Amino acid sequence: MITSKRLPHLKQLEAESIHILREVAAEFTNPVMMYSVGKDSSVMLHLALKAFAPAKPPFKFLHVDTLWKFREMIEFRDNRARELGFDLVVHSNSEGIEMNISPFEHGSKVHTDIMKTQALKQALTQGGYDAVIGGARRDEEKSRAKERIFSFRDEHHRWDPKKQRPELWNIYNTAIKKGESVRVFPISNWTELDIWQYIYLEEIPIPSLYFAKEREVVEYEGTKIMVDDDRVPEELKKKAKKEMVRFRTLGCYPLTGAINSTASTLPEIIKEMLLSTSSEREGRLIDKDQIGSMEKKKMEGYF
Amino acid sequence: MSSDKQQISSDIEAYLKEHENKDMLRFLTCGSVDDGKSTLIGRLLYDSKAIFEDQLSAAESESQMYGTTGNKIDMALLVDGLQSEREQGITIDVAYRFFTTEKRKYIIADTPGHEQYTRNMVTGASTADVAIILIDARKGILTQTRRHSYIVNLLGIEHVIIAINKMDLVDFSEAVFNDISKAYSELARELGIQNTYYIPVSALDGDNIVDKSKRTPWFKGKPLLELLDTIDISKEPKEEDLRFPVQYVNRPNLDFRGFCGTIAAGSVKVGDEITVLPSGKATKVKSIINAGDITEQYRNATTNEARAPMAVTLTTEDEVDISRGDMIVHTKNLPRVSNSLKVMLVWMDETPMEPGKTYDIKRATSVVTGNFEHINYKVDVNTYQREQVNKLKLNDIASCKMVLTQPIAADAYRENRLTGSFIVVDRITNNTVGAGMIVGVSRREEDIKKLTAREYTDAERALNQYIRENFPEWECKKI
Repeated sequence: MITSKRLPHLKQLEAESIHILREVAAEFTNPVMMYSVGKDSSVMLHLALKAFAPAKPPFKFLHVDTLWKFREMIEFRDNRARELGFDLVVHSNSEGIEMNISPFEHGSKVHTDIMKTQALKQALTQGGYDAVIGGARRDEEKSRAKERIFSFRDEHHRWDPKKQRPELWNIYNTAIKKGESVRVFPISNWTELDIWQYIYLEEIPIPSLYFAKEREVVEYEGTKIMVDDDRVPEELKKKAKKEMVRFRTLGCYPLTGAINSTASTLPEIIKEMLLSTSSEREGRLIDKDQIGSMEKKKMEGYF
Repeated sequence: MSSDKQQISSDIEAYLKEHENKDMLRFLTCGSVDDGKSTLIGRLLYDSKAIFEDQLSAAESESQMYGTTGNKIDMALLVDGLQSEREQGITIDVAYRFFTTEKRKYIIADTPGHEQYTRNMVTGASTADVAIILIDARKGILTQTRRHSYIVNLLGIEHVIIAINKMDLVDFSEAVFNDISKAYSELARELGIQNTYYIPVSALDGDNIVDKSKRTPWFKGKPLLELLDTIDISKEPKEEDLRFPVQYVNRPNLDFRGFCGTIAAGSVKVGDEITVLPSGKATKVKSIINAGDITEQYRNATTNEARAPMAVTLTTEDEVDISRGDMIVHTKNLPRVSNSLKVMLVWMDETPMEPGKTYDIKRATSVVTGNFEHINYKVDVNTYQREQVNKLKLNDIASCKMVLTQPIAADAYRENRLTGSFIVVDRITNNTVGAGMIVGVSRREEDIKKLTAREYTDAERALNQYIRENFPEWECKKI
């Protein structure tokens, strides 16, 4: 017998996300899912597995590798792709490699532009994808709060706030012309807490960088970064010391701030998050450049 | 909130267990900048601890740049999103905000109140369970209140909270509150709004937002957050009203052909007799996969029963032709199928709607072409007067006759929001130019024939004949 009880919120969110993923698979000829190895990507991958079971997800997974990601992220990524057998495409900006772009030398702005934004555009143009599924959430940043679930981009991958289509009910307008594309955000309505609770409930594998451990860190531009390889400048390396830390978000290691923590299990992480007084983006250097910087980056083509 | 924090500190696992089973509620806030809408939302986020300190300090530094509240933190700056609008000091699009309490997760659709943005309000209202209409206590019911109430009702929101704001500026006067409540209840009656709730608040100071205000001892109702936590938005589900719009056909190999979709209404069990619309072909449900049950290790999870709003995959007993856009329903409870529908249409584009022009109509998962043959009347959202027009401009709302090139299984929006709604897409620009709600269906003869054409066995024919001959008072039809 069916009860009149409503589905719990995580099950409602899950169903909504699966609906969105299936809509993409049904309406686009060459969709791709961005896979950035972090917790949100892990949830998206999990949702994609659910949406199309018993089949495999009918699209590729794209990782834009800036070559400055934590080493463990790359290991984790390759293991997951092997275990689950999904179709992984990895792209790095070869021009940036030639220029030897380094966040330490060129700064976060140049590095992010060349190795992330430009690399992403290259990968999307090369792949000819007409739908790009991303893991952005509306609770992450104020300019994200107005983002559509199906976000229209012109032939130069640009986002124009004035050209976004009204989005009603669960009916998504998927019509585009050749060369245009949409960015699709299936977990738009999830919050950071939802993501963590879902990972906990569904036992979704995530990189161990999220859990506290003794790691070698050093103060850099107002945050604590991890000495993940030899490319950290000597004068920084000299000052590095071991501390119990973990990461709330994962990205390029020189741009990702560690937090002091002893949380080594999921419930402890969630506990720490609930009692914390700062948002997860605080650890990201990219947002701090200027007010509204995310909005500018989005117009340029960053997710 | 502090008891919450204590539990988080002392027993996080118990806390997580409790929070697994939270409900979710989506609500819409209607009002203009002057009503203190952003301030109200900022207050809800702030008081429910959805705002972190770094965001608060950003708002503080911005308050000095753009703020309008003197020494107090401008709550509105916590929520006003895009840089361009922050400089203008107005909200120009729909923004979605989130917060959570011990009982529910909330999604707020924050929409602007200006006249030219009816489009945005309709968008925000389309997914909301509850609406909060803000009224400035000093001003009472304004034209915009009438407009907001009309749209809220048009979009089928059954619960409306009237937050009478800026009570601090009228000395928390009970008489002012009562007068406005009384005037609004007449408006609600005129429109037919089902459930209304009235609260005297001061968003700026936080009165009756989280806790009951000491400054309104005469107010017997619940503060806003408690009301939101306890409003009953569940609907009595009717098993038989299954609506399953087929979204995607999953065919990984020759042995498996599943039909994926989200159950829009009702429930479905293995063995149920189902009909595929508009073709009218019948079969039975062979198996159900609830996507929610799938895990990495257990990719073949099946279930005996599923219900709205689960995302599932169905397989059928017979190899019938089913594709994206079809609607699967219970054979014993068929909806009407027609290509001629009476609809309420909201126009959302700068280019006017012209009767007779061909558009793409997307309803649930199906896209069919069609046109609006005739505009019955346009509604003035401020006065509710009807007028005759020959085209629809941006933000116009009108009753129209829609004719599709193919029949669809269609429900009235009042009965089912997900199968009674559609969007209108321009075939040249690809823009979403309109949104509509089905009011009624005109059932055509040929559709009825198609649905009832079935093969009878000799025994059934004999039974039919026997009944007609011996029980003429039953008025049994000949088959």
